[in-house]
Amino acid sequence: MRAVPFPGDPPITPQLVRDHHLTDEEYGCIEALLGRAPTFAELGVFSALWSEHCSYKHSRPILKTFPTAGPQVVQGPGENAGVLRLPDGWAVAFKIESHNHPSAVEPYQGAATGVGGILRDVFTMGARPVALLNSLRFGPLEEARNRYLCAGVVRGVGDYGNCVGVPTLGGEVDFGPGYGGNPLVNAMCVGLLREADLITAAARGVGNVLLVVGSRTGRDGIHGASFASEELTHESERRRPQVQVGDPFTEKLLLEASLELIASGHIVAIQDMGAAGLTSSSAEMAARGGVGVEIDLSRVPTREPGMTPYEILLSESQERMLVVAKADRVTDVQAIAAKWELAATPIGRVTDDGLYRATWKEQVVVAIPGQRLIDDCPVYTPVAREDEAIVRLRAAAPPASHLPPPDEVLLQLLDHPAIASKRWVYEQYDSTVQASTVIAPGGDAGVIRVRGAEFGIAVTTDCNSRYVALDPYEGGKAAVAEAARNVACTGARPLGITDCLNFGSPERPAVFYQFREACRGIADACRALETPVTGGNVSFYNESPTGAVAPTPVIGMVGVLARADRAVPSHARTPGDVVLVAGVTRSELGGSALWEALHGFVGGTPPRVDLVAERRLVDLLVAGAERALFRSAHDCSQGGLGVALAEVAMGGPYDETGFGLDVDLSAYGLRLTALDLLFSESHGRAVITAAPERAAAVVALAQELGVPIERVGSVGEQGGAVRVRLRDARVEHPVDRLREVYFSGLPRRMGD
Amino acid sequence: MTRVAVIVFPGSNCDADTLAAAREAGSDAYYVWHRDADLRQADVVVLPGGFSYGDYLRSGAIARFSPIMGAVAAHARAGGPVLGICNGFQILCEAGLLPGGLMRNARLKFLSRPAWVRVESTDTPFTGLYDRGDVLEIPIAHGDGRYVVDERTAAELEASDRVVWRYVRDNPNGSTRDIAGVCNAGRNVVGIMPHPERRNAPILGGQDGARVFYAMEARHATQHAVDVRAVGDRHLRV
Repeated sequence: MRAVPFPGDPPITPQLVRDHHLTDEEYGCIEALLGRAPTFAELGVFSALWSEHCSYKHSRPILKTFPTAGPQVVQGPGENAGVLRLPDGWAVAFKIESHNHPSAVEPYQGAATGVGGILRDVFTMGARPVALLNSLRFGPLEEARNRYLCAGVVRGVGDYGNCVGVPTLGGEVDFGPGYGGNPLVNAMCVGLLREADLITAAARGVGNVLLVVGSRTGRDGIHGASFASEELTHESERRRPQVQVGDPFTEKLLLEASLELIASGHIVAIQDMGAAGLTSSSAEMAARGGVGVEIDLSRVPTREPGMTPYEILLSESQERMLVVAKADRVTDVQAIAAKWELAATPIGRVTDDGLYRATWKEQVVVAIPGQRLIDDCPVYTPVAREDEAIVRLRAAAPPASHLPPPDEVLLQLLDHPAIASKRWVYEQYDSTVQASTVIAPGGDAGVIRVRGAEFGIAVTTDCNSRYVALDPYEGGKAAVAEAARNVACTGARPLGITDCLNFGSPERPAVFYQFREACRGIADACRALETPVTGGNVSFYNESPTGAVAPTPVIGMVGVLARADRAVPSHARTPGDVVLVAGVTRSELGGSALWEALHGFVGGTPPRVDLVAERRLVDLLVAGAERALFRSAHDCSQGGLGVALAEVAMGGPYDETGFGLDVDLSAYGLRLTALDLLFSESHGRAVITAAPERAAAVVALAQELGVPIERVGSVGEQGGAVRVRLRDARVEHPVDRLREVYFSGLPRRMGD
Repeated sequence: MTRVAVIVFPGSNCDADTLAAAREAGSDAYYVWHRDADLRQADVVVLPGGFSYGDYLRSGAIARFSPIMGAVAAHARAGGPVLGICNGFQILCEAGLLPGGLMRNARLKFLSRPAWVRVESTDTPFTGLYDRGDVLEIPIAHGDGRYVVDERTAAELEASDRVVWRYVRDNPNGSTRDIAGVCNAGRNVVGIMPHPERRNAPILGGQDGARVFYAMEARHATQHAVDVRAVGDRHLRV
């Protein structure tokens, strides 16, 4: 039976096609595929599934270059989440996703629903969510609008995760003029499952029944997927009604119901109705299983009367799941849903004709060959060309001017929004629910234990967009390298990554160049560190009237610690301990926080990542932790060695005070100036503290693994002074003064 | 073994942590679904933290009407120990089993961080294994944690040794008289805002909260054996 228009559908005109963000060429493909003109509902289906957000039409060829294999990979890209193998039959499912556009127009709900979506992606794999992270970018906090966005996003992220009961273990927050018109909100979820219990989202079994479980379908979020695939304009404010509204209470019920359904064996597949709602969930499940589906849209429970097939197909109402139940278990599925006070309504079935068919009662409104609907989306390889201005910026240096002495510079850096403590943010997130948090936010990476097991899991997200903007290849490498260092500082072996690639419009050669090169860097780093890419999300069109966002490929990484009780914290813990610096410091101030904070200059050649050295450092950090050689380990990133030493001294966010530090760098990095030595952002470095009797073993291990290492000083008394001696300068501050500056930077700017 | 009923409301999210902490202390802990009416011979009832019914109306305001709350109230009236943690504390206040109420934090933001509380009274079923004046580091994680009572009730709570825990170092949420936990006049119903179940093992940074759970078991032991006995791997003072 062929699809016919639904009463009241508008006629298909060239304008209507353009309004659906489909090009003439794409529309031609649709007509060729169908052998006729699409119905209005079909046009909506194509518009959603062929949007950048769902189809990856500009990124697919590049994403194929990522390394995705490894002995630890249970499930690579293409599912709701990637899955990696852990010890003792356990596995970890994780994924990161963006919710940038909704958050730009409605920060609270935009961020909240971002968290909700990523939770569903993970628990639909049969994994119980055990950790959340988020990576946020805003414009400078001097502007009221940016403070409003920051406060709203943080509250939205917190309220949702807190209510569902999943601890937020880390993430990052950064600021820059490139995010003024278009903040970034990336949420990552990590879940734990028994490998044997893994379930995927492939529909199968002709005659099996599709049920929608959870909330009713409303008119919210219609066309969210295509909204996410266009640039933000002044008109975008009017999109506010398209932002979905989150209900974390229902999410919690959905989580418990879904895990119980998966464990029950009554269902064969389950998927979140995320971007493009019912359309993408049903079409993708069918395509993965190589089957057809038939859905009677009149049976979908709606929040309001009079919703059309088009609206029901494209609604992005939150907290809904699509479940494929075994044909004879529908009432069992409904009973489990009812226990959790949720509705489960049969709306269709799996068919053998390969057609993606939607009806309104008997009348067919959508009939599209299912596999081709997913596979035939045109793929583009846009022109890539580096922006000449970036080439010039890379060769530029900051304006020569009188610089304050290093001890004053250190205070300025500790107050710099990119570096200052993010306590104001993460204390709004429940970080201890589930009673498994070993290392809470504020360190290099979050660490959780697994009840009943010896091992632990470390998680982090990282990206320094300054490096990516100046040199996308090195910047991409750097994001992976920093994530690996952060994970390894806790003692965990990096296992794999998920990525959230936030860029401007791929149709602009300069942006596509950034994207292609950053991905090449990520791929090379992942190969070198043996951390395969298990999935992620591409977010293009992060543009506003002020231009494209700074290129921000956020890396979410998971690592495993052989023993959770040996997790290494970031901060000094005992007076008299030896302070060591692993790795090599070079004169690499390009893209540094120093130049940004002092000169307002983001330029120069960013630090180069030596992946071999990076790999060795990771080996040292992991081996040292396993042998319990370290008291603390902290990586050098923004603000270089100077900031890293200060952070080691300052201690945890709620400690009453930190430790003094006596460090002598007068024999270290001999050819470098004081500013280079303290604030260069060379990769591959970490500051380690160790008990005096273990220091020799640390040095021996480093030498065995080929990591340059130097003893540079010792940990002083609690509440003491941090002293760093250089050949031509000296830094000295009471640690409490450093703490005061470091912990007040953000609240002061937020007016709190 | 003490039978510990952990009540599960829709939206409870510390139920598993609380059950685990009670079991690690040696109790026979089990879940009771909020729609049930039977506590199944519980010795102790614990209302765990979370966001019952999403806290949509007011924290704990809907949960108190759950069918199980009749049985909880009866258990409390009969002198049975009841502990409410965080959202559980809010529910006990809403149900009138504890005085006062919990309002939005003074800074109007959710707050997740360690808090330091001093044990002010050891005369409850949950604090008998602490010494008065012990300062405990226990995490808080709440948006509505500011304990509020009128001055007369506050004075009465103080006079009758019913302030069980008090924040020290700082008052994170603006609670009246730095109160972090209270008990009823019968001393068997106790509410606490911080989460002792999140700090019961060295790997979690400390075990200052563990004795809340060991106390349930120890009290049971004394009732049934009138002796000092080891519970789990710990020797308990009774």
